[in-house]
Amino acid sequence: MAKRVSLFVTCMVDQLFPKVGIAMASVLERLGYQIDFPEDQTCCGQPAFNSGYRGEARTVARHFLKTFANSEAIVVPSGSCTSMIVHHFADLFAKDPATLARVHEMEKRVFEFSTFLTEVARVEDVGAHLDDIVTFHDGCHALRELGVKTAPRRLLSHVRGLELREMQPAEECCGFGGTFSVKFPELSGAMARTKIDAIVGTGARTVVSLDPSCLMQIQGVLSRAGSPIRTMHLAEVLASR
Amino acid sequence: MSVEFDRKIKSTLADANLQLAIYTATARLKDKRIENVADDILPDYQELRTHANALKKHAIENLDHYLEEFERNVEAHGGKVIYCKDGTEVSDFVLGLAKERGAHLIVKSKSMTTEEIDLNERLEHHGLESVETDLGEYILQLAHERPYHIVAPALHMTRYDVADIFTKHLNVPNEVVIEKQTAIARSVLREKFLAADIGISGANFLVADSGAVVIVENEGNARLTTSAPKIHIAIAGIEKVIPRAQDLATFLKLLARSATGQPLSVYTSFLSGPRRAGEVDGPDEFYVVLLDNGRTKLLPDRSKRQSLYCIRCGACLNTCPVYRKIGGHSFPWVYSGPIGAIITPQFMGTSHEPGLPFASSLCGACGEVCPVKIDIPKVLLELRSDVKKAEAREKHGRIEKLAFGIFAWMMTHPRIYEMAGKIAAAMAPSDGGWIRTLPAPFNIGPVAAWLSQRDLPPPPAKSFRDMWRQR
Repeated sequence: MAKRVSLFVTCMVDQLFPKVGIAMASVLERLGYQIDFPEDQTCCGQPAFNSGYRGEARTVARHFLKTFANSEAIVVPSGSCTSMIVHHFADLFAKDPATLARVHEMEKRVFEFSTFLTEVARVEDVGAHLDDIVTFHDGCHALRELGVKTAPRRLLSHVRGLELREMQPAEECCGFGGTFSVKFPELSGAMARTKIDAIVGTGARTVVSLDPSCLMQIQGVLSRAGSPIRTMHLAEVLASR
Repeated sequence: MSVEFDRKIKSTLADANLQLAIYTATARLKDKRIENVADDILPDYQELRTHANALKKHAIENLDHYLEEFERNVEAHGGKVIYCKDGTEVSDFVLGLAKERGAHLIVKSKSMTTEEIDLNERLEHHGLESVETDLGEYILQLAHERPYHIVAPALHMTRYDVADIFTKHLNVPNEVVIEKQTAIARSVLREKFLAADIGISGANFLVADSGAVVIVENEGNARLTTSAPKIHIAIAGIEKVIPRAQDLATFLKLLARSATGQPLSVYTSFLSGPRRAGEVDGPDEFYVVLLDNGRTKLLPDRSKRQSLYCIRCGACLNTCPVYRKIGGHSFPWVYSGPIGAIITPQFMGTSHEPGLPFASSLCGACGEVCPVKIDIPKVLLELRSDVKKAEAREKHGRIEKLAFGIFAWMMTHPRIYEMAGKIAAAMAPSDGGWIRTLPAPFNIGPVAAWLSQRDLPPPPAKSFRDMWRQR
């Protein structure tokens, strides 16, 4: 019997970058997984949580817990949304022991995409081929809250035709920060432009990341500047053949 | 967010010279820190951080015990401890003592705690002369500015700025060579040290088991401040107390490395009590002022009280992508950067600048470099929640509250969420490329804010769930 995984594609991929979800599904299918997409899924609640609206975030988090109650392993194409579930749901339900127990049980089943591939599926070569020079942007929550640093790089190192060039500094924020990007637009934009300077410095043609939100920020600024550099989610790179 | 905060952020971002000065100076400090905590130089760095965190946690949870122990030991050495609840009590004490002793001139070494209570202004208002003797602080005192940074107060100034300030205030020829500028300051300050009646210092650590005030510095001015005048007053926040002298083995390994990337600062002074019989140096009188100024308000909160662990190294400022853009003076109080963003709302109240905890992308770089492992992003998130609760009580920000209410409702009703997505996609004018501008009715609020800096992704022809169903 095929191994089963559930996709939590995140609201952003569902509504703005559906190809990332399709790419993630095709990589997982290639590895022999049977894919389940719980149709009631929406959002993890992070926008409300990060904006200080914990009651509203709790409501959305409960919906997530209910939607994925029967899933065995849940794969997410975002470090930030994964971290919301595996770290911050516990903050939301600290005073609600019954829900907290469900949260802790859920935490073990939720995986950021690259970590799922390297730690659970235990693959580094997914048979991808992409002739390109890329640089990898570490999303802050993937990097600092989940400790994801080598997994995406190991996966990229096995993509045929692909050259990875590290930017300096690689670990600095792109300035997105959720509602921060529209509450402090000039500041967020200035941070993004510093990031773009680092990207341009590598000579890469493509920026790869695990997080669609960072990529939206980076692509938005590149596009505004008229740059030919494009952005791709890691799943899209790994789905290329 | 206040108009003032918004204005300062925008004006700092628009100043290209200032941007370069901040970015270069913080990069230097940041890189030196990274070099000096590297695995091959300090293999037990992470263990030291964990231990420092545990020590601070223990000290804060037993603050009353250690403050009393510290007080007993200071008094056993012939010193005196004074508890003050705010800046007024501190200045009353200093003014009273100055009057009794007929003192007129005070020299000061660097202290953020005295910046917090505007001590110089309070003393000068009563006719005392109070001179900063740390070079950076001295420059700022001449220029009538607040520190730009916790450890590098004049970080935003170039040597050309300093030359102009010295020429204007000290009547000296315009001198742009840094060594010569230092010599100018030194000659002025040396006279002040020799003539001063009182020396006021801060404290990096108050050691309970030995009653010692520990001061870490590079210029030697704190040594002179605390030993040349007849009276030494150390002013410290109550959270500076640590249990034992041996704990310094942990803290001193972390502090200078985190601050400036030095293995140790040039001078580390242990001061306990006035000059004893037979000693050549030291003051006749030794006072330690223990300041509350809002600190005890933090104690009841199990999570947020970790803000009191801070040892003021400034590493979080140097690594913060927000501080590195908006600089120190955009912040609404003397403490800037990530640590300023968490202590200002707690000391001064969230209404002092409600926008402050939101001025962060929550990237977490601050928490990663904090030598005492304060979870700054977590505290920021808690403060954001506090701000929203206060707004709800005061019936402010109702539109945003309503928007998040609708968000939560939509995200728990998948069919409505799906329909809303379809409507938004159908309405968005797009030729398939990234969107640079939108017509007036759409170009409002968050959308306009986004488009002010970057392009928007075009809505896809189909959502993921539509594509999935049709696979």
